[in-house]
Amino acid sequence: MSADAVNNSKRRLLVAATSVVGAVGAGFVAVPFIKSWNPSAKALAAGAPVLADISKLEEGQMITVEWRGKPVYILNRTDESMKVLESDTDMLADANSDSSKQPEYCKNPGRSYDQHTKISVMEGVCTHLGCAPKYVPDLNNPFAGSLGDSWKGGFFCPCHGSIYDLSGRVYSSMPAPTNLPVPPYKYESDTVILIGQDGSNA
Amino acid sequence: MEQKSNGVMGWIDARYPATVTWEKHLAKYYTPKNFNFWYFFGSLAFMVLVIQILSGVFLTMFYKPDTALAFQSVEMGIMRDVEWGWLIRYFHSTGASAFFIVVYLHMFRALLYGSYKKPRELIWIFGMLIFLALMAEGFMGYLLPWGQMSFWGAQVIINLVSAIPFVGEDLSIWVRGDFVIGDATLNRFFSLHVAAIPLILIGLIFAHIVALHQVGSNNPDGVEIKKNKDENGVPKDGIPFHPYYSVKDIVGVIVFLMFFSIVVFFMPEMFGYFLEHANFEPANPLKTPEHIAPVWYFTPYYSVLRAVPSIAGSAFPGVIAMGASIVILFFLPWLDRNPVKSIRYRAGWYKILLAIFVITFIILGVLGTLAPTDGRTLLAQICTAYYFAFFLLMPIYTKLEKNKPVPERVTMK
Repeated sequence: MSADAVNNSKRRLLVAATSVVGAVGAGFVAVPFIKSWNPSAKALAAGAPVLADISKLEEGQMITVEWRGKPVYILNRTDESMKVLESDTDMLADANSDSSKQPEYCKNPGRSYDQHTKISVMEGVCTHLGCAPKYVPDLNNPFAGSLGDSWKGGFFCPCHGSIYDLSGRVYSSMPAPTNLPVPPYKYESDTVILIGQDGSNA
Repeated sequence: MEQKSNGVMGWIDARYPATVTWEKHLAKYYTPKNFNFWYFFGSLAFMVLVIQILSGVFLTMFYKPDTALAFQSVEMGIMRDVEWGWLIRYFHSTGASAFFIVVYLHMFRALLYGSYKKPRELIWIFGMLIFLALMAEGFMGYLLPWGQMSFWGAQVIINLVSAIPFVGEDLSIWVRGDFVIGDATLNRFFSLHVAAIPLILIGLIFAHIVALHQVGSNNPDGVEIKKNKDENGVPKDGIPFHPYYSVKDIVGVIVFLMFFSIVVFFMPEMFGYFLEHANFEPANPLKTPEHIAPVWYFTPYYSVLRAVPSIAGSAFPGVIAMGASIVILFFLPWLDRNPVKSIRYRAGWYKILLAIFVITFIILGVLGTLAPTDGRTLLAQICTAYYFAFFLLMPIYTKLEKNKPVPERVTMK
């Protein structure tokens, strides 16, 4: 091989090696840009747990507190409503909350602590596309839709018409696939709830 | 190619291809002489782009991308305090809807005359990418006024991301930059809307036009004018774009601006379709509006999304269907197997199929603005089925068509 002849295989190797090194470098440089989109330290701090005082929450009433920017519903149900939760299971898509999101200690019909069955805490975020379902306590409501008289109150999502019962369990054949998520929470005392931190049912 | 050797132009041409470019793309770009009404919309789309950039640059001077200030800076600052701010904003908001009207008509023109077919597949693909970029631009721009519909519309769309199995939840937090749509989201959407996507859009439009000028324009007869050239190599059915079509397009621009002005001055909200009424209320993350509908140009795809029920506890199939309804358009050049381009020489029943397609698309669009009921959902499902069947069955039925004879030269009817 003469001195000025082109060694193609050596060239191809150099081109390939340069390309690979360049691509790896570009990959590394992309990391800070991609990671800059993660929640900032400030946003993470704002996601800390929040306290809610339920001492003034009457039966049948609901309050909304904000946690991580999401509405969290705290509902004090009546004894009547608690009975409905046992009778409507045939119409529910996920009556036992098997494919829904909740802490283990709230995986029961009331989706609540055993010591405080009537108090329900759930995220007001429709599992379809994240709208906030409306609390409809009375039986004679304008939203009953396909459920008609058999709906005994609960939550109605104004976006796409999903209907939930008073435990946030979704009825069958609704746009929403699963029940309203229950956030991790615990009782600081009988009247103060800490939302965002796990407790246990012991 | 004429090369001036002296004078100012000669000096420039020796250093920069000014005359060559002028001639290649305007003065000696030969365009079919039989263009009709449908051929206005390409140049109109370009003009709307100019309106959007000009008005957008000025809106950026007064807008504040901060959740505490954004709504105020738009509704108080731009709409009331800034001199003529209301006009600049209405140019921009009306321009957004005008962009989609013009682009939808431009795309329909391609369907009518087979402008996506060989050798223009890349023009169509660049056009589809422009359409995608435009949708991203419209979606992100809609968040900026930080009204109720800005917030909740974005909420619904970003939650589509979280329907993706396994990674969806983390991905949606990454897109928002927070656990909810907030300041981080608003700021990044502002950056993308004002800088990143317009740059991409301009790049794609450049490629779209370069591809067009490489192969030449199609026309209502769908015959290639480059097949019949005179002794100078000029297509016999071609006329220079400038001055013939540049002047003709000015007429289109004037008529367009008449309609544009009527909307800007007399009905800038367009009865809640261009600017939704719920958006006159500041965003409130704790209160969902009674009825959430996207802006009209997204509603056909939104209807497709809603028409697909959730399967096995996941809203993902609807998201897939919505994505597929747009992705399928990219494949149009290969789905349509009929060698005849123009609808003028295709089977009569194909015209009917296309007409039904247009009607179903409009029905899907209307349904997307309305709250769902059982009957409407069923109608949306039927229309969605037709939408997909129209494209997916194309490879079969376009082969069965009995075409009429295609003329050698363009006609002037």
